[in-house]
Amino acid sequence: MARNVTTAKRVGWSIAAWFVALLIFFPILWTVITSFKSEGAAIAFPPVFFDFDWTLSSYVEVQERSDYLLHVWNSAVISLGSTFIALLISIPAAWSMAFNPTKRTKDILMWMLSTKMLPAVAVLVPFYLAYKNLGLLDTKLGLIIILTMMNLPILIWMLFSYFKEIPGEILEACRMDGATLGQEIVYILTPMAVPGIASTLLLNIIMAWNEAFWTLNISASQAAPLSAFIASYSSPEGLFWAKLSAASTLAIAPILIMGWFSQKQLVRGLTFGAVK
Amino acid sequence: MKLRTILLSASSAVAMFGMAHAETITIATVNNGDMVRMQKLTDDFTKANPDIELNWVTLEENVLRQKVTTDIATKGGQYDVLTIGTYEVPIWAKNGWLLELNQVDDVDDLIPAIRDGLSVDGKLYASPFYGESSMVMYRTDLMEKAGLEMPQAPTWDFIKKAAEAMTDRENGVNGICLRGKAGWGENMAFLTAMSNSYGARWFDENWQPQFDTPEWKATLDSYLELMNNYGPEGASSNGFNENLALFQQGKCGMWIDATVAASFVTNSDESTVADKVGFALAPDNGLGKRANWLWAWSLAVPAGTQKADAAQKFVSWATSKHYTELVAEKEGWANVPPGTRKSLYMNDKYLEAAPFAKMTLASINEADPQHPTVKPVPYVGVQFVAIPEFQGMGTAVGQQFSAALAGQKSADEALAAAQQLTTREMTKAGYIK
Repeated sequence: MARNVTTAKRVGWSIAAWFVALLIFFPILWTVITSFKSEGAAIAFPPVFFDFDWTLSSYVEVQERSDYLLHVWNSAVISLGSTFIALLISIPAAWSMAFNPTKRTKDILMWMLSTKMLPAVAVLVPFYLAYKNLGLLDTKLGLIIILTMMNLPILIWMLFSYFKEIPGEILEACRMDGATLGQEIVYILTPMAVPGIASTLLLNIIMAWNEAFWTLNISASQAAPLSAFIASYSSPEGLFWAKLSAASTLAIAPILIMGWFSQKQLVRGLTFGAVK
Repeated sequence: MKLRTILLSASSAVAMFGMAHAETITIATVNNGDMVRMQKLTDDFTKANPDIELNWVTLEENVLRQKVTTDIATKGGQYDVLTIGTYEVPIWAKNGWLLELNQVDDVDDLIPAIRDGLSVDGKLYASPFYGESSMVMYRTDLMEKAGLEMPQAPTWDFIKKAAEAMTDRENGVNGICLRGKAGWGENMAFLTAMSNSYGARWFDENWQPQFDTPEWKATLDSYLELMNNYGPEGASSNGFNENLALFQQGKCGMWIDATVAASFVTNSDESTVADKVGFALAPDNGLGKRANWLWAWSLAVPAGTQKADAAQKFVSWATSKHYTELVAEKEGWANVPPGTRKSLYMNDKYLEAAPFAKMTLASINEADPQHPTVKPVPYVGVQFVAIPEFQGMGTAVGQQFSAALAGQKSADEALAAAQQLTTREMTKAGYIK
């Protein structure tokens, strides 16, 4: 009897979980379905789910109008580049604050976070002028630098909380065995924090991939990533929902696939240290 | 062997020299049908100008406006050709941000109202790519059913009467659909144009805001009465696209909006009422001004460009009569960019292919950006005031009027708030001493 109740409960929870998951996933599903409709079917009311003439015409038009591969390449270089540099800076910074805190460590952490509270548009003109003088407008390097700076506080905070979960005694033990600082970080700390670092890395890639303020304002044609690709299909005068959906589907596909394959690391990293 | 090497080196050097001299110009443009079509037809330009290469940056209107404004104000020099509207041209030209255009094809053929809107002190600073006004689009079948006949030039009283007669809540038909979404280019484009026909104005000759006048009260009361009684539900969040969807689905008896919508609502692939649409001039109140606006997406060359000559050549090509003929040849006369040249409206083939052409021209000709309303004003612009502060103020006032439409405040409260905020902004900006 007890076993039956458990099974019923499990089924109930599964249904609830699937319901919530579908609810969250529905906008993406709807975008994908709309991308296969004609413009007329896309605005039809009441909306049609599957009973329409499926067509690839929006994808064909998007391919004709835009250089999709250039945008994907730019997005990949910018998000991976900024993540790599940000990790190079944030791992030592988080190590230092987690294992060698001073009385100002908390203040520094708060100060770093406070930079995220500044609206980006407030510093657009100074950045634009500086980038113009440095020749960094519409370059991938310029966007890598700015996204690195933008995401650094979150990375340091995340890594700091992961590192805090690692017992300091282990590091002390390896120091007793004569490990240098570099060896301690590379051979002891990093392998132990791999789930945390992996999830931080993945989240940073997603944030950099989705960033749409700086990437739109600093780039023009050569360094424009997928955010600019999508923006070119939105129009306040004209209902081009099918084409916009096709562009959105193409833009989110790479990151969705990456997220799908790495969800194990992502979940493990996010729950790292939650249960001792 | 030696000779061959020399010849090969020489030809490579010539080729590299040629490549080094090929100029690349970057064109920033909005994402709409006419501009996208131009992008596809540029082979015609590059064939005639092999030394010029084109780079395109196509973006949604608001994103483009922000990017281009940042670039031109900081002299960033990222773009060589800009797509801007009649709002930006007078302001930017006065700031010295745009180059005067002197290679435009047959300037005297441009429609005078459009040319005036793009000129400062008689000099042309942008060449119109396509022009638009606003007009009444209505369902001929519903009008007939209501026993009414739409005049060519209706009054607001007739529009009210027709909206009442066409409203059929049981079948989901709203008598009239109008913009309600807050924004200087959304509800305020419509309401400012409507206020002109009621004799209202944004500012008097001394830049004093005029929202406390009876003309503005009559405008807003009339708009709210129409929308509350005969408009769609949730209209305070409806802009162009939302109303377009409603009209195409047969949910609107009338819709007063941009003339560019005519090609969408008569397109049978998208519209369920394509063969039942009639057109009329925007309404008036017998005061000599109609409630239609004037807008032209135009190509301009920023003063900071290093490639002014190539940029001017491109602008000249894209806005020429030759380009019109090219579009007609490749895509048909109905797809030609409208509203910029007088000669287009004398072309029988175009008039035959575009049934809304005459009404578009008549609407454009009704608008006068230099004298937009009944009383004199110190500004230029029909549905906007061509001063830099207008974008912020227009949107703030639009939020007040949108709140009144949503029932969150009364018309009087919205007008009082509009008067207060515009007075504050204009004082701060130094217009009011």
